Amino acid sequence: MDTDKQGSGADRKDPVQEPSRRRFLIRSGYALGGLVVGGAVGALINRKPKAEANTGKEGEGTAAKVPANFNRALMFFTQSQFAIVQAAMERIYPEDDHGPGAASLGSAFFIDHQLAGDYGFNSRDYMSPPFYKGEKVQGYQGRLLRRDMYLIGLQEMENYSQTKYQKGFASLEPAQQDEVLAAFQADEVKLTTISASGFFNMLRANTIEGAYSDPLYGGNADMAGWKMRNYPGNQMSYTNIIEKEFTKIAPQSLQEHMAIH
Amino acid sequence: MARKLPKTDVVIVGVGWAGGIIASELTKQGLGVVGLERGKERKTEDYFMVHDELRYGVRYDLMQDLSKETITFRSKEQVRALPMRQYGSFLLGDGLGGSGVHWNGQTFRFLPYDFQIRTKTIERYGKAKIPDGMTLQDWGITYDELEPYYDKFEKLIGLSGEENPLGGKRSNPYPTPPMKKTPAMQKFIEAAKKLNLNPYMQPSANLSENYTNPDGVSRAACQYCGYCERFGCEYGAKADPVVTVIPVAKKTGKFEIRTHSHVRRILHTGGKATGVLYTDVTTGEEIEQPADIVVVTSYVFNNARLMLMSGIGKPYDPATGKGVIGRNYAYQVIKGNAAGFFENEEFNNFAGAGALGVNLDNYNGDNFDHSDLKFIHGGSISIGQTGQRPILNNPVPSGTPAWGAEFKKNSLKYANRVLSVGGQGSSMPFRHHFLDLDPTYKDTFGDPLVRITFDFEEQDRELAVFLANKSAEIVKEMGASHVDQLKELGPYDIVTYQSTHNTGGVVMGDSPETSAVNSYSQSWDVDNLFVVGASSFPMNSGYNPTGTVGALAYRAAEGILEYRKKGGSLAK
Repeated sequence: MDTDKQGSGADRKDPVQEPSRRRFLIRSGYALGGLVVGGAVGALINRKPKAEANTGKEGEGTAAKVPANFNRALMFFTQSQFAIVQAAMERIYPEDDHGPGAASLGSAFFIDHQLAGDYGFNSRDYMSPPFYKGEKVQGYQGRLLRRDMYLIGLQEMENYSQTKYQKGFASLEPAQQDEVLAAFQADEVKLTTISASGFFNMLRANTIEGAYSDPLYGGNADMAGWKMRNYPGNQMSYTNIIEKEFTKIAPQSLQEHMAIH
Repeated sequence: MARKLPKTDVVIVGVGWAGGIIASELTKQGLGVVGLERGKERKTEDYFMVHDELRYGVRYDLMQDLSKETITFRSKEQVRALPMRQYGSFLLGDGLGGSGVHWNGQTFRFLPYDFQIRTKTIERYGKAKIPDGMTLQDWGITYDELEPYYDKFEKLIGLSGEENPLGGKRSNPYPTPPMKKTPAMQKFIEAAKKLNLNPYMQPSANLSENYTNPDGVSRAACQYCGYCERFGCEYGAKADPVVTVIPVAKKTGKFEIRTHSHVRRILHTGGKATGVLYTDVTTGEEIEQPADIVVVTSYVFNNARLMLMSGIGKPYDPATGKGVIGRNYAYQVIKGNAAGFFENEEFNNFAGAGALGVNLDNYNGDNFDHSDLKFIHGGSISIGQTGQRPILNNPVPSGTPAWGAEFKKNSLKYANRVLSVGGQGSSMPFRHHFLDLDPTYKDTFGDPLVRITFDFEEQDRELAVFLANKSAEIVKEMGASHVDQLKELGPYDIVTYQSTHNTGGVVMGDSPETSAVNSYSQSWDVDNLFVVGASSFPMNSGYNPTGTVGALAYRAAEGILEYRKKGGSLAK
């Protein structure tokens, strides 16, 4: 705690605006002063900063050049599946005057990456047999994994689009795409293996997740999802504004924390 | 054959709040304690990247892995129970500190009425007020008897708060002052006062200021970062067992914690517990830990399940109403809410703390006349500012579609323009609500899952709408431009998150006929066995349960020390 005190003092008015968690922690000595605090906080205080991570902000080191986003490639979907997902998600959360829609936020990349891992394999769900059709109040009782449901659901969306409009979903007019999605949402499409509305609800939830999760997961590009709704993301403290009227705060992602490693 | 280890004075099953408190109290008195924890070690350093809504809030990083163990559920006996395959209605904790890590920190004392609910209901309204099938019973302890233990728990965690004008008598003020008041909370307070109600600051285990507790443990003040429920606290500002009781117990040198140790049976012979059998989940080895005293402090479901699997206490039979293990499973009525949309005002909804809020108890317990109402008890009504994280909080006014351009527009517009007021409704026990062992579904070891048989009753449906109406009155008074509220409760479903306030199954009382443990949480059948937690609540109140769990754990610890000296039943 004694290694770097030059930034200390409670004279700074607005710690929530500070880019560095470590600087915040040092300045919030009033909160921690006199206490033997271990844990994440104590460990941070005794650290010296290494080079700023890829924050694109001026730091103690030289300003890092932001590299290309190599995260934007596919782990699970084929290109045509990806096109359907991206188009559908854009209709669920479209671009408008407020800012980008799900497509440019990266919701489709987000779910592609999620389906390639634990979430797609339902790794932490109880998937043991026997499987019975349950009552609605008993929740999902199927044997299919989320990644299987996606593959089936996307194929069904494609089939429905072809039958109704003689075109693939991704090539339909936005209004037609909305009609397809609404038909799935209302279970007007009768499927045998999965529930159409269940698939739609998952697609909707994943769209929102991709728009608003930390950018580290591949969506919420440039934190634009957060910016549109004035959500400040990862902030270490709101002590200075908690009693105040609405305060606009520039968002930060979890990558801020990497700057001090 | 299981490998048999040397005997210890006390073995504790599950190291959360109850286990941690008991370990701390017993080791301070020189007893040797082994704590068996099925999950992993947890420490504050783990939460370096905790402001991650997807990982913790949506994918449940801190929760029990359901692929290994879950529960099964049915609404009534005529229905086939099916496993809860994914999380929904409640979230099961896992790892050191248990649910005490991912809680919000809202820490209440139950009302004096709660502990004598049967007696007091009959006194005021007559026996006919209790409907057929409601297995209402007193706790076998009064508020006044439990008060000193509440006081201890509150000092342990440094509870921040102010006097509840309608609560039970306190022997001491809150250890720390209340949390800060946000503009939204101010609005609630003003509106409530105009309606002649009695608002008070929510008792918070997220510290309002730096605090050093009687054990000498210091913790820093809460920073209102908005990540409490489902998250661990990177500051240690939110009280949890890992930053309070567990280090105190460890410091004595008498507490050995074994993580990754999944207890599967309580061993007993001739009416005495002899220890526990557990599996080291890292090697698969079966190990026997002998002990003079066995203390079961896992979550509600596993407390009941361990008793049933070990053959201790008579299993509850809903057909006859006889038997005790599995009896009086209760939950909560949490959907009685109203959301107010404010056209012309924005709030810092993103900021907050798990226990930052204002409550009022005018409609809780028996603080109001139930003569003309079709329910007993009630619920605490509150506004909470816990931090509206963006994935799971997208309230839009009724009539807004669930997706598309209008959804996006309204969800962005109202993200910081919505304030919710809601009731935490109590839950009464019924003869046909119970826990038992599922005949079909097994956990990863091949042991049966717990089966829940539960649904909402007329009592709950009436209460939910009542609380929603009262909440709507307050939100309107606060100046909301548009109010949406619950109109009808509907059946209980396992899919929608409601509350992780499950109770009962190993309930306490003053008679072995209707309870499994006495008021020291000591088993009636096996006197060197203590089963501690919300599993001992004979009904559930209109508050969060942790304050009462903490108090009962302190009382159990005192009972264990006395038992160690004298033996026999501690029941008076």
